[in-house]
Amino acid sequence: MKTLLKLLLAIGAVLLAWPAAAALNVFACEPEWGALAQELGGDRVSVFSATTALQDPHRIEARPSLIARIRNADLVVCSGSELEVGWLPLLLTQSGNDRIQPGSPGFLEASQYVVKLEIPKVIDRALGDIHPAGNPHIHLDPRNIAKVAEVLTGRLVELDHANAELYKTRADAFARRWQPALESWTKRAAPLKGVPLVVYHKDMSYFINWSGMREAGALEPRPGIPPTPSHLADLVERMQRNPAKVIVYSPYNNPRAAEFLSERAKIPDVLLPFTVGGTEKAKDLFGLFDDTIDRLLATVK
Amino acid sequence: MFRIMWYAMAFAVAALPAQAQESDTAKMREELRQLQQRLQQLEKRLEQAESTATQAAVQASSRPQTESALNPGVSVILNGVYGNFSRDPNTYRLNGFVPTMGDVAAGRRGLSLGESELAFMSNIDHMFRGTLIASISPDNSSIDVEEGYIQTIGLSHGFTIKAGRFFSAVGYQNQVHAHAWDFADTPLAMKVFLGNQLNEDGIQFKWVAPTDLYFDAGVEFGRGRQFPSGVDRNKNGFGSTNLFTHLGGDLGQSIAWQTGLSHLRTSPQDRAYDDVDSAGAAVTNSFTGKSRLWVLDGVLKWAPNGNPTYNNFKLQGEYFRRNEDGNLTFDTAGAALTDGLSSRQSGWYLQAVYQFLPQWRFGYRYDRLDSGTTNIGLVDSGALSAADFPVLGGYNPKRNTAMIDWNPSEFSRIRLQFARDYSRLNQPDNQLLLQYIVSLGAHGAHKF
Repeated sequence: MKTLLKLLLAIGAVLLAWPAAAALNVFACEPEWGALAQELGGDRVSVFSATTALQDPHRIEARPSLIARIRNADLVVCSGSELEVGWLPLLLTQSGNDRIQPGSPGFLEASQYVVKLEIPKVIDRALGDIHPAGNPHIHLDPRNIAKVAEVLTGRLVELDHANAELYKTRADAFARRWQPALESWTKRAAPLKGVPLVVYHKDMSYFINWSGMREAGALEPRPGIPPTPSHLADLVERMQRNPAKVIVYSPYNNPRAAEFLSERAKIPDVLLPFTVGGTEKAKDLFGLFDDTIDRLLATVK
Repeated sequence: MFRIMWYAMAFAVAALPAQAQESDTAKMREELRQLQQRLQQLEKRLEQAESTATQAAVQASSRPQTESALNPGVSVILNGVYGNFSRDPNTYRLNGFVPTMGDVAAGRRGLSLGESELAFMSNIDHMFRGTLIASISPDNSSIDVEEGYIQTIGLSHGFTIKAGRFFSAVGYQNQVHAHAWDFADTPLAMKVFLGNQLNEDGIQFKWVAPTDLYFDAGVEFGRGRQFPSGVDRNKNGFGSTNLFTHLGGDLGQSIAWQTGLSHLRTSPQDRAYDDVDSAGAAVTNSFTGKSRLWVLDGVLKWAPNGNPTYNNFKLQGEYFRRNEDGNLTFDTAGAALTDGLSSRQSGWYLQAVYQFLPQWRFGYRYDRLDSGTTNIGLVDSGALSAADFPVLGGYNPKRNTAMIDWNPSEFSRIRLQFARDYSRLNQPDNQLLLQYIVSLGAHGAHKF
């Protein structure tokens, strides 16, 4: 027993003595923040994304592999507003890492820095798994990406002061690419204005708000509750009276409900990337918006 | 919008005097210049006002909604059960194993309210986080502290210290709260080796390795307030020590796994249990000695692309092995005969749960215990016979359990469970449980 303890202590001592990795370790809760950190940090950051586009960020297991990653993180970037409430708090308490606890510069909740939509006036679980602090899926408004980029740059500079100039230069370069891209998306998305759409989950609200589209219904009867036959039948009926132009869903949604409604109501359905990596073309944040708008335009036409 | 209006006004204002005084171009230019200047100033002010308004909106949209924003997170677990048992649950016992001190029966007959849980948790400051989980028993209205501990969040290098009362890190399911179990009751091995579920008063030190493959190691020093330790010790030192380590990771996108090894060391003092001697008289016996428990556990979870929303699968198993050496006193209140006792016993279970539809899961569990070898000095010496220790007689309990549950949301679960339980010697028990478990309030995060 004593030898085992000694061995453990010895291993611990060796690991503690390892030189800190040169790059800043960024733990992103969602792929969009991972992509943004990569844009801003370049090779000075080593980015790990806790989720992929195929995973529902609400429902993630606090897996050992995630604890192992967050234990070494210098910066945690998440959407916040309780999107990750089912797993992130556990990772934080298990991490043994004081640099990334809430309140420290290593913990960034992106949704705290933008104007949030859909802050519920009535908070009651009978309404579904609602987020009391407002809709957390803020990243599909390209203006929000620009705002979070500023905050994130500030954090990178604060945490890795030696490379401050590099981060600032990269942030400028990103802004110089993002601004014209944003203008071109605004122009291209103009035909989407006022177009009614059916969403799967309320995760498109910021895009809808930015593009001026109109939400005509949701496949989930209540946020977080999977589509039920009776709700779908109800939707079919509503679509006959006030047809939407398109039904959208994310890579982590089961397409069956969207296909069902599409068939019955004769409304085209389309998979949107939702986040970086969600489709072939959504390789980075630019591709994400390009592809989202392209797919919508192609379907709505 | 505003900008266009300003331009239009400026143009109109600039255009009017131009028509009236065509000759005085210099004056006109000067006026135009002044107007442009004023226009720029106004634009700047408008911009400032807009950005202030946006900032205010950001703040407003992020501001906590209530005065009680700093109250700890509160959640309540309610559960109720209907039980149907072919054997009287009051006579429940696991033959071949020393009875634990708590109640380990699977439930009660008929309709009953289960234990309600009340949980408070919050960060205390930048150093500590606090958790209190109280269970309210429905019958004698007693409130038990199930867990009440503080843990550090302000340490670095992967270290965490926990102090107070907490579920001991021995095995896998012992650390999981009852409402998050996949079956309504504990595996038989937890009943006989941990007295259902072990929560110790103590302190835990844990270290997580800085590797991408998850590795942790830790030690717990406990009071020894529960089985397997025995009665409260009234002693300055530790009553129990538990060493544990875990290894875990992912296999591709879809599979996550974790294994653990733990070793619980206690020295029971006058650990009493009730039995019936060969003459049919009730006796109380007690054990004093050393108890060494090893637990090997493993969990594997599968979900397509790591998205458990529609389908997922969980495989969980634990193997327990216990050695006890010491002295057994027969009939402490009467004859009080004492001689050596040594036992080598083991048990295991394996369970699988599959979510075949969103909201619907079914599961199967197999339990098996091996009473192994038990050497009773009083029997070997001929002072008493094996019939004087019926509970310790060799027997290998087993149980098959199947369940199906419906989860309308993350916060509610209705479960139907059926078990055929061979815990009692030659007396199979058919157990049917229909149960609801719901959680109110703060959204809890569940351990892997």
